[in-house]
Amino acid sequence: MAIPAAAVGQITDWEVAEQQIGLWTDALQRFRRNRLAIAGAALVGLLVIIAFGSPLLVHFGLIHDPLKQNVDFIESGPGQNGFVIGSDELGRDTLARLLYGSRVSLAVGILVQAIILPIGLLIGLCAGYFGGRIDNLLMRFTDIWYAFPDLLFVLVVVSVFGPSLLTIFGAIALVNWVGLARLVRGQVLSIKEKEFIEAARSSGSAPAKLILKHLLPNSLGPIIVTLTFGIPNAIFLEAVLSFLGVGIQPPTPTWGQMVFDGYEAIYANPTSVVFPALAIGFTLLAFTFVGDGLRDALDPRMRR
Amino acid sequence: MRGALLPPQLRAITGTRSGSLAIFIVRRILWMVPILFFVILITFTLMHLAPGSPWDKNGGRQLSDTVVKNLNIRYGLDKPVGTQFLLYVWNVTHFDFGLSYQYQGKTVSTLLLESWPYTATIGVLAFLLIIPVGVGLGVLAALRQNTRVDYITMGFATIAASFPNFVIGALMVVVFSVLAYKATGGNFYLPAAGFAVDDSLIMPVVTLALLPIAYTARLTRASTLDTIRQDFVRTAWAKGLPERLVVIRHVLKNSLIPVVTTLGPTFAFLVTGSVIVETVFAIPGIGRAFVVAIESRDYPMILGTTVLFSLVVAVANLIVDVAYVFIDPRVRLT
Repeated sequence: MAIPAAAVGQITDWEVAEQQIGLWTDALQRFRRNRLAIAGAALVGLLVIIAFGSPLLVHFGLIHDPLKQNVDFIESGPGQNGFVIGSDELGRDTLARLLYGSRVSLAVGILVQAIILPIGLLIGLCAGYFGGRIDNLLMRFTDIWYAFPDLLFVLVVVSVFGPSLLTIFGAIALVNWVGLARLVRGQVLSIKEKEFIEAARSSGSAPAKLILKHLLPNSLGPIIVTLTFGIPNAIFLEAVLSFLGVGIQPPTPTWGQMVFDGYEAIYANPTSVVFPALAIGFTLLAFTFVGDGLRDALDPRMRR
Repeated sequence: MRGALLPPQLRAITGTRSGSLAIFIVRRILWMVPILFFVILITFTLMHLAPGSPWDKNGGRQLSDTVVKNLNIRYGLDKPVGTQFLLYVWNVTHFDFGLSYQYQGKTVSTLLLESWPYTATIGVLAFLLIIPVGVGLGVLAALRQNTRVDYITMGFATIAASFPNFVIGALMVVVFSVLAYKATGGNFYLPAAGFAVDDSLIMPVVTLALLPIAYTARLTRASTLDTIRQDFVRTAWAKGLPERLVVIRHVLKNSLIPVVTTLGPTFAFLVTGSVIVETVFAIPGIGRAFVVAIESRDYPMILGTTVLFSLVVAVANLIVDVAYVFIDPRVRLT
């Protein structure tokens, strides 16, 4: 659908705005106008840079090694003993650990969505497309998962299989696919009655083509929004596990574990709690803003 | 189709609304049985997938085979897994969750009975706080839409809904316990830990209630905005009713219907939230007992707590579903 450059030149801006804006361009424009969503996206971008860049900062000696203990300078306050925002109970640099903590949080948030996506899509598409007995069976199955309080399930799995990365990511994914499956099912149910699906079916489209070419692309918007909101939820669950002492094990720095460690000495050194706590809070807030922005941008009912 | 499986003497009631309501409630109650059965099955299976035996970590000492055998007999682990499971399900229906591994000679039921008053006190107080504060803020924001009141309320709700409760709890301890103690020389501060019926309840209850308050406020605002644009509200204004009456008698009565549906999830949240809040504030409730059981791999205790929590959540959802039908006559019973 490449438009010759000459043709583009002939179209006035007014015509472009009126006629040629697709769903995604339109969504992007609306997202850009949402100041909170842009602020959230900027913060998420900053986190990604920090997550990838923190080893470089250590390499060039700009921050301390987050694992290096210094028993002479434990529980320093901000600015003391050369620690910008203080040190923890083993004399490790709080700033370095804070920057490194973003790695675990982002990894959990994004990898969990990568596990959820195929499970939720498969179950949701099957239930919605085939309907009838398959739908009933699959939905009762999701109901059972839904009845489990999610934090309890994750805690039980981690207690049984030990707090390895695989168990934690897997357990969080296992309790979170239900929402996506239900959403996909609902989308498929509402789209499959529309005329264009009937047209595709009567012109002989195979079920696989119908699903991949028509049902899936048309429910992409809500799926993206659900996955975006899933990111803070996964980050939250990992942080809670770490805070309860059964998360990703030391010495790997995670924010939840920093709050947990700092809590022991909260009177002597409150900053070691405040910074990781705020880091978790603002990260979740940023992803929520991005999710809100995407939802508003991708909802066709909001289109003018 | 409806009522097709019923005996003939009951089929007569299916046509009436109260009849289908009765069937709806019965079906809804019966649906809890398979749910709870599967919750037990999944948790039970997980526990038995755990590597090693529960006696491996006995102070680092290797126990003799005879001792292990006797322990297995005492805790019922000598029987086949299938028998153990059926026996467990049977015992659970009699509120018998077996013996704790961690506290010798204590049953899980005793431990749960000892700790539930703490959890219940905080949960009930939080629940009592959620409805008036959440609904109040939501209605206020809706009636003053696009003013500073609206922005501040919704800004607060957004932050409270995003920040995890252990983060909020920890930050509150820093502000109201640590900094307040240091600033006033110990004259004014809130206790950071423990349980007593005094100001030590303030922070745990607020921490637990904050997130549901935020959700309730946002939902109430949205549904109130919907309602105040309806024709019957314009009529109420037009006939000259005072604001108080319009809001209470016409707006609230309708805008609170969707709020009722969130009470089920709210209850579920209070249950899982207790796990976190009781850890932050060192309260010896069921949530704290659950975390201790997780750390020490006390499987009967973990299983018992999970079953109890799931039961509470299932019953809460049931009550909400049934209440919803009574509140909103437009709801279709399917």
